[in-house]
Amino acid sequence: MSTHLNPGHKTSNEVARTAHALPDRFPNPGHPEHHDRRSDFDPAADKRAERQVVVLLTISILGTIGFIVAYFAAPPGQTVASMRTSNLLLGLGLFFGLGGIGAAAVHWAKSLMNDHEKSEERHPQRSSDETRAAAVEVLAEGAADSGIGRRGVLKGALVSALALFPLMIVLPLIGDVGQDWDVSKFKHTWWKKGTKLAKDPSGQPIKAADVTIGSVFHVIPADLHEAAHPLDEKAKAVVLLVRLDPRDLKEADDRKGWSYDGIVAYSKICTHVGCPVALYEQQTHHLLCPCHQSTFDVGDGAKVIFGPAKRPLPQLPIAVDAEGYLVAQSDFHEPVGPSFWDRLK
Amino acid sequence: MKALAARRRSRHAPVALLLMALLVIGGLYAILAPSTAVAAPTATSTNDVATGKKLFEANCATCHGASAQGTASAPSLVGVGAAAVDFQVGTGRMPAQVSGPQVQAKAVQFDAAQIEQLAAYVASLGAGPAIPSADDVDPAKGNVANGMALFRTNCAMCHNAVGIGGPLSQGKYAPSLMKASPTHIFEAMLTGPQSMPVFNSANLSAQDKRDVIAYIDAQKQGSPGGSTLGSIGPVSEGLWAWVIGIGLLIGAAVWIGAKSS
Amino acid sequence: MSTTTRREAGPAAATADYLDQRTGVGTAVKAFARKIFPDHWSFLLGEIALFSLVVLLISGVFLTAFFVPSMNETTYSGPWAAMQGVQMSEAFASTLRLSFEVRGGLLMRQIHHWAALLFMASIVTHMMRVFFTGAFRKPREINWVVGFTLMLLGLAAGFTGYSLPDDVLSGNGLRITDGVIRSVPILGSYISYFLFGGEFPGHDLIPRLFTIHILVVPGLILALVGLHLFFVVLHKHTQYPGSGRTDSNVVGYPLFPVYTAKAGGFFFIVFSVIALMAATMTINPVWNYGPYDPSPVSAGSQPDWYMLFLDGALRLMPGQAEVVIGGFTLSLNILIPAMVIPVVLFAALAAYPFIEAAVSGDKREHHVLDRPRNVPFRTAFGVSVLTAFVVLILAGSNDLIATHFHLSVNDIIQSLRVLLFVAPAFAFWITKRICLGLQRRDRELVLHGHETGRIVRFAHGEYVEIHRPLDDDERWLRVQHETRRPLEIEPAEDSRGVRRKGYRADRFRQRLSRLFFEDRVEPVTPAELAAAHVHGEHDTLSVGPAPAGAHSAITQGVEADERNH
Repeated sequence: MSTHLNPGHKTSNEVARTAHALPDRFPNPGHPEHHDRRSDFDPAADKRAERQVVVLLTISILGTIGFIVAYFAAPPGQTVASMRTSNLLLGLGLFFGLGGIGAAAVHWAKSLMNDHEKSEERHPQRSSDETRAAAVEVLAEGAADSGIGRRGVLKGALVSALALFPLMIVLPLIGDVGQDWDVSKFKHTWWKKGTKLAKDPSGQPIKAADVTIGSVFHVIPADLHEAAHPLDEKAKAVVLLVRLDPRDLKEADDRKGWSYDGIVAYSKICTHVGCPVALYEQQTHHLLCPCHQSTFDVGDGAKVIFGPAKRPLPQLPIAVDAEGYLVAQSDFHEPVGPSFWDRLK
Repeated sequence: MKALAARRRSRHAPVALLLMALLVIGGLYAILAPSTAVAAPTATSTNDVATGKKLFEANCATCHGASAQGTASAPSLVGVGAAAVDFQVGTGRMPAQVSGPQVQAKAVQFDAAQIEQLAAYVASLGAGPAIPSADDVDPAKGNVANGMALFRTNCAMCHNAVGIGGPLSQGKYAPSLMKASPTHIFEAMLTGPQSMPVFNSANLSAQDKRDVIAYIDAQKQGSPGGSTLGSIGPVSEGLWAWVIGIGLLIGAAVWIGAKSS
Repeated sequence: MSTTTRREAGPAAATADYLDQRTGVGTAVKAFARKIFPDHWSFLLGEIALFSLVVLLISGVFLTAFFVPSMNETTYSGPWAAMQGVQMSEAFASTLRLSFEVRGGLLMRQIHHWAALLFMASIVTHMMRVFFTGAFRKPREINWVVGFTLMLLGLAAGFTGYSLPDDVLSGNGLRITDGVIRSVPILGSYISYFLFGGEFPGHDLIPRLFTIHILVVPGLILALVGLHLFFVVLHKHTQYPGSGRTDSNVVGYPLFPVYTAKAGGFFFIVFSVIALMAATMTINPVWNYGPYDPSPVSAGSQPDWYMLFLDGALRLMPGQAEVVIGGFTLSLNILIPAMVIPVVLFAALAAYPFIEAAVSGDKREHHVLDRPRNVPFRTAFGVSVLTAFVVLILAGSNDLIATHFHLSVNDIIQSLRVLLFVAPAFAFWITKRICLGLQRRDRELVLHGHETGRIVRFAHGEYVEIHRPLDDDERWLRVQHETRRPLEIEPAEDSRGVRRKGYRADRFRQRLSRLFFEDRVEPVTPAELAAAHVHGEHDTLSVGPAPAGAHSAITQGVEADERNH
């Protein structure tokens, strides 16, 4: 940057214009003076620094020995405390074993190695004009040798072949990677007419009388274990069951028959991005999603009252069978969980 | 005052302060410990009910009504049972003090006997859940694995995976269970205080509840990996990665980059 | 090297000779062994990232020896009481086994996870250093893009690894991912099937993530790290401004031995700090969350910190944004926070060097770094983007903020919705003011020197404070930069009144350029300093020519003139 003087750089300052004898910019003062370290002129300091490096390396050796001792003497064992001890001792061994080497190397470099700064020239990244010309010439020669410019059909065929061959890898991958690609599965769950509501995770069926006012049950279909992929089905079928005082329950006209004596069942899968919505506040009848804080009003059709979700939680129509067990009237009447493009189709 | 200030500056001050703090904590513990160690329910007598009624009229009737029938500001206590009283009064939530999003736990206002008398009075008003026995809540008798399975399905969404607590809507929160006594945990599940739903015995049987208590109790052993960092998940881990990890490493980098003197 | 072996030179020389005869390694040693690297702590931030990557590879290889990437069901029987007899995937069971039963397994797992958090954190801090000092300028724009891609790959590595243990916390994270993917118009459901091999959670995910996590992503990372470092060697490292440092030299210490020792030592220090963290602090205690099951969820469900801003954006967006058009559902409440915001943020980041180059019209190579204060727009822009990032991270932690500070989650969300727009704007404004203020202070200092606190009384009763002028090195630091000015463009019509092609594009560039460079403070020129010295009064600066005496004072250094101002 001896080129610090920018020819285009003209200040409007009156002084600068008149003081033509002065440069536009300050000159670079050049490399600052080197200051010697203590260890450079004091042999005692030099010796001390060397001793410190040796001590640090000794710490490392002790750390490694400590690690090996801990490995044999303190196995994780059966209790939390013994696992913690094992982890702590091995970790500390590693810390000292590695940290000693690191600190020693750095201390050595800083206090004992030559610390005179050096300067190296930089060169512009750009190749010289001659090199560039030579490169162009080489390429032109190669192109001429291949004759690619003259053979248009060959060029087209080559491009097509190269563009097409990846299909042979992509097609089988795409074809089977999504199993059957039947995305309509999003619209159905394991619930069907007569499926008993059962406790999660035990699978015990629930009687209407068990659900007292203010209680909440986490529910799965009683026959979930019969599914080919129980976890996939559970991911769609989980339901939250609560009983409200029937006076607190606002029901839409078309859903009057979906509840039983103040007992309502809603999908537990958030209509936002699918977290289990499970924080039920029994006084306010609000249901809060712990992931993104969407809040639903169970007393009013699980409508969204706050947060990033748009749609109410789908309701599972329920009834009571002859033995008093809660059963589903049908599947959900809409797809559960997060929105997707053709959920209404 | 001056002498104290002078001593505070002395080299022994930290040690003296530490000793003093230990003494104070020990003393406080000695005073407070017996009051939390109650819970052995005794047969209630009519005498208890009568004393409890008097206590109720003096401390609770303003909000809950003269005969606990409830008012606009507080619910009826008929049928809530002795368990609800033992939980609400035993954790200091009742008598409620300031109004806020929810009633907070605070210093307990009554001694064990008085709580028992209040509970006896409220229990006499209508049938409700009773205070669990020591055997009902003994963590040693619970199955930790079943407790965890139930806890994570029924409790963790509000109270966090290990019971540290978490927020509800509008400033309400699910409190930490780390310092809650097994009896109070049992009673809370049984009675569903405030925002918390009720977990009746059809939902979580007495054995299930004891399993949940055993799981919460197991958390006292800490974590095999070292400090738990509050057990609040990846946010605190990220915070410490920045504060300790990046902090120490930038410190090391500054040392490496600095010129030796 | 000679082609004849000389026994007396010892085994090292013999080996060197053997190698050189077959590889010509001598040329490389000659070229690189004494290569100069400038010394500054902030140049080590990238090394933290590199070394935590090495730690990740070492610990990762250990973990693969014990981890079983399978979603097959198994029943746990091991030392952990809370899991006795629980059904879980083999992935989760093997994670528990390597945590509780393999000696040093928990330590390695915690090392791996802490190193991952530090890897991302150091990448971000390294990027901040490069951004704020303008190290991305020509010729390093391509390397900025390489580094940016490495950051994205780091996110991918972190995300795929986080989900491998198949626990409830990461499972819910995957479920959120599935929800986000499904919101993509038309293709969403199919992309979801593509990833999960059918419906969520499916049976293929863990093995697929495993392959991506241990083969695809690390392979790409290693290749790009190689390219990244190749560029560093090719371009030679940038250096901070200072006496003797120019755009055509590099001042520092040689690779061998000083940098070999310092960087090698730093690797061990990074590893040891990570080991210390893993020894004392629990990370990702999957045994608390339990094996994945779609029903449970825990309060405080968050991703690792580097994904937190996305989760925060999802939390802030109001649900009303979801619309139905012609029977098709368009979930803007998910698309905007989870797709649009990160794409805009990342695109701006990746493109910034090119935007700045276009609006500055600067085609020269730059090897001396900017002091952030000397580029107010860039610094302010960077700070405002960081502020937005922090607001989103706070939004992602809103539930914990609520419990720790006794606030309402709803209030926090409402406030952060406003802050997301207000805070970056305010941060931009205040940072720019601070930068300009610091530049003016630099000017003051150069013109008038340090205040010494010594008051001198003259015979005629005047009191003056003695100012000590800056020495050459101090002054150079404050006057070395060149102020960039807005672009000047050719007029819309030429001399014959014909409208010029490309005028509109130029005008747009000029407008942007004004935004970048309109507000500026020029560094002190020798003439200004001379004027300040001669007149001893700032307000006489623009009056009269500077006498020759002032000139000599500058060229010889101004130590002699202690009394200025």
